[in-house]
Amino acid sequence: MSLLTLSNVSVRYGRLTAVRGVSFSLAEGEVLFITGPNGAGKSSLLRAIAGVTPPAGGRIDFEGHDITGRAPEDIARLGLSMVPEGRDVFGGLTIEENLLVGTGMHAAERGWRARAASELEAVYATFPILKDRRHAQAGLLSGGQQQMLVIGRALMTNPRLVAIDEPSLGLAPNITDQVYERLIALRAERKLTLLIVEQSSTRAMLVGGRMMLMRGGEILLDGDARALGQSEAMQAAYFGYGEH
Amino acid sequence: MGSLLQVVFDALALGSLYALAALGIALIFGVMRLVNFAHGDVIAFCVFALLWPSTDAVAVVFAGNLPWFLLIPLVLAVGAALSVLSELVVFRRFRRANPATMMIASFALGFVIRYFLLMLYSSRPKSISLLPALSQPIEIFGARIPLLQLITILVTIAVLFGLTAFLRRTRFGLEMRAAAENFTMARMLGVRANRVIMGAFALSGALAGAIALILGSQTGTANITMGANVMLMAFIATVIGGMGSLAGAVIAGFLLGSIATVMQVILPPDARAFRDAFVYGAVILVLIFRPQGLLSARGAKERV
Repeated sequence: MSLLTLSNVSVRYGRLTAVRGVSFSLAEGEVLFITGPNGAGKSSLLRAIAGVTPPAGGRIDFEGHDITGRAPEDIARLGLSMVPEGRDVFGGLTIEENLLVGTGMHAAERGWRARAASELEAVYATFPILKDRRHAQAGLLSGGQQQMLVIGRALMTNPRLVAIDEPSLGLAPNITDQVYERLIALRAERKLTLLIVEQSSTRAMLVGGRMMLMRGGEILLDGDARALGQSEAMQAAYFGYGEH
Repeated sequence: MGSLLQVVFDALALGSLYALAALGIALIFGVMRLVNFAHGDVIAFCVFALLWPSTDAVAVVFAGNLPWFLLIPLVLAVGAALSVLSELVVFRRFRRANPATMMIASFALGFVIRYFLLMLYSSRPKSISLLPALSQPIEIFGARIPLLQLITILVTIAVLFGLTAFLRRTRFGLEMRAAAENFTMARMLGVRANRVIMGAFALSGALAGAIALILGSQTGTANITMGANVMLMAFIATVIGGMGSLAGAVIAGFLLGSIATVMQVILPPDARAFRDAFVYGAVILVLIFRPQGLLSARGAKERV
């Protein structure tokens, strides 16, 4: 069953069109990488899905709900958790406070405090470094630790789908390895569906799953990450050979 | 000794007033990048809410005669209600507008409130006696301190501690702090924008109510422009404090109060009429050396 379906979605900023009529659907439990060069519209697409930039046209469905143009908090509450580019930690809040911000969405449910506490322990078990520094200000963490914090924070809301924008941005390769290792483990543990945006296809080929190539606001290729990554079509489409 | 103590209390009492007002402005600025210039008129409204509408010079006090334990919550509630109402009716429609547009909208709202008061009460200042028991002086180490001054300072300290505890210890406070740092990210974690913004307006309005009580009992008059001077000083305090920084706003509020009081004492009598010019001169100095304010707010990112 498909968890997320985009039909003919476009995103505009004034006269600039960032995403042109994108359609795809994402099945439950799938890992989808969206790759493509700078300015391809990848981040704009994610922002539209998360409700931060309402799409100019088209329709987005998540778990059978039409979420087109809904507020970001409503979309988050349906179980779609977004980790934006640049690791938006709340720098003045402690690590533990960062993690707890997202648990408020379940405050109306019975026993949510106990569940938030056990969720917190689960995140600490996955990222022990966060537990060691739980009362430190989040702004003082290193880039890799901040990336772990924002992933942990997204998990605290108990999402069905996690969308991550460039988790490797600004991280040393071995730190990126660690981040991905945890992501893949988490995916198996929690039956998460992942939507990951990366500029390069190397990470997608390592992890495997499905990959789409985006360029000029459109999806040019869609297929198995490893097969696609090695194909010449991928190279040609990424760099736009043969178009001029 | 006695006169020095007197100056200290004067400075703290005036600083308290500015700090409370600056806090009311910084709270709203923090979550939605709005400088609410209607804040001063909300203060005036809270004072007039205690009077029966009339154009006479002597006010017909109506709710002002209530015992203090009813009067205080009533005034705070009036301030909070008017502030929340202004969010619902006016500012909600400007959420996606740029800060300059919102600021102009707040000026407009301020005029609407002021002229509403003008219509009902006329522009003549009215004498009122609010909590008259508080104007008696008490003696501390040879200084005669009005009881009201002491209470103003104590109330401000209590408000500051209460607000800090609220922001640090409660769920809602956590959401407000997160939203003040990065509103979009907070929303993507399910924090409801409307709830946080309404909460900020309610708190800010209640603070305006507190100022109204202090100003009303201090001056013994109700004047439709009575909030304007406090508002101006408070706005300057938020700028000096670092826009959006609550601690900065409070510190700068006390700093401004102290500067104004000390100027009043040390300036030669002929120059005292120009006290404010010297105060603003000090403000310019601060901004030359720290253009980002004393404590710049962390992660003052764009709002949605």
